[in-house]
Amino acid sequence: MGTGSAKKKPIGKMLLAGTISTGLYIVLLTNQDAVNTLSGRGGLYAILPIATALFFSFIHGSFTGNFWTVMGIEASKKRKEVK
Amino acid sequence: MHDIVSQASNFITLDAAHIIYLFFVGFVGGLVSGFIGSGGAFVLTPAMMSMGVPGLVAVASNMCHKFPKALVGSIKRAKYGQVDVKIGIVLGISAEAGVLYGAHIQEGIKKAFGDAGSNLYVSAAFVVILAVVGGFVLRDAWKTHKSVNSHEEEKLTKIARWVQSVHIPGTMVYFKCLNARISVLFTIPLGFATGMLAATIAVGGFIGVPAMIYVLGAPSLMASASELVIAFVMGLGGSFKYAMHGLVDIRLALIILAGSLFGIQLGAMGTTYVKPFMIKMVMGVIMVIVLFSRGLMVPVYMAQLGIIGAMSESTVKILKNTSFAIMAFALLSGAFIILSAMFKGRRAERQAAQEVLEHGKI
Repeated sequence: MGTGSAKKKPIGKMLLAGTISTGLYIVLLTNQDAVNTLSGRGGLYAILPIATALFFSFIHGSFTGNFWTVMGIEASKKRKEVK
Repeated sequence: MHDIVSQASNFITLDAAHIIYLFFVGFVGGLVSGFIGSGGAFVLTPAMMSMGVPGLVAVASNMCHKFPKALVGSIKRAKYGQVDVKIGIVLGISAEAGVLYGAHIQEGIKKAFGDAGSNLYVSAAFVVILAVVGGFVLRDAWKTHKSVNSHEEEKLTKIARWVQSVHIPGTMVYFKCLNARISVLFTIPLGFATGMLAATIAVGGFIGVPAMIYVLGAPSLMASASELVIAFVMGLGGSFKYAMHGLVDIRLALIILAGSLFGIQLGAMGTTYVKPFMIKMVMGVIMVIVLFSRGLMVPVYMAQLGIIGAMSESTVKILKNTSFAIMAFALLSGAFIILSAMFKGRRAERQAAQEVLEHGKI
């Protein structure tokens, strides 16, 4: 966004995270029956949906963060530090 | 429990329209959450239910998307120096207790008065709390907006000054966002109320954020950012509880997450462009609009309970649809204010940079 910003845009990182994220979503949507069975099992299997949500957020969160940077949308440069 | 478990087998078949719809609602909800610390969730539960998802599965799946989203949002806002992890965890622990107690009350009401009784309780909580807290927050934001200098530092309220002046030996803890030591005892009822509200209307932040600002004396930016930590702590515990009963439809949670992680990053960045009172403004506007949405449903549930005369099927349908539309409008209004404030902030920054550049040339 910034004028004269010489910072390199994280295109490679975005593409990598985006590809993994898309792959994860394809696996999720093409295996819905198995996912439903595991997710609905309950008991200690509760760890599965929780871990899955965290794992997806890690990969997809990295993708979305880099996506906005590549699109030129970043935090204000003169933001005030709040104390 | 058997009833609950049987609902788990009721995971719906997803089609492309459902996926796009959830992605979009997730995006807008994430945008608002990234900015004010919570919100958005109240639209997601009814949105899923309108697709045929059973109520409890909708609540559980919503919660399971909320905690990873809050984690991503709080990491982002921590980079801007806005997060006080300690206050988030301290409030989050008592909020967890509030969630459990709130869910217990809900169960009791449902047992005694059925679904309509439980719905009436939820709607009444919405109306009363949003009217009181939302009205106060909006008034405060409006006053700041109208004041000569809306840039000025946020002043401590009388109650926050008192809370910060009380010294109870053995309970004093320093919190970065307050830049003061307060008794941790004050945080317990606030966290508990946040959790109870989260269990009742799915958005604890409508109490958590104003409580941190007005009662404890935190700046709006830090309060809304630290609320994300509370949401993470509460959401993780709550999701685990629901998942143990097999109620989380992880597909729904992950699809919403796909949209909301785009939104939350944008909302978090938005906070760096606006004046602090904008956080209160967005929160107040959403709260007050949602209040009307739930208010419309109160007579429906009262009629179902026989407190007032019966209503025709068509009237109920109209009220339900209008209520949902107003709720969606509330969320979209919040998103609109955030995006336009961000856009203005970015434009002003670019212009300033341009001017500096031009002066530099001369």
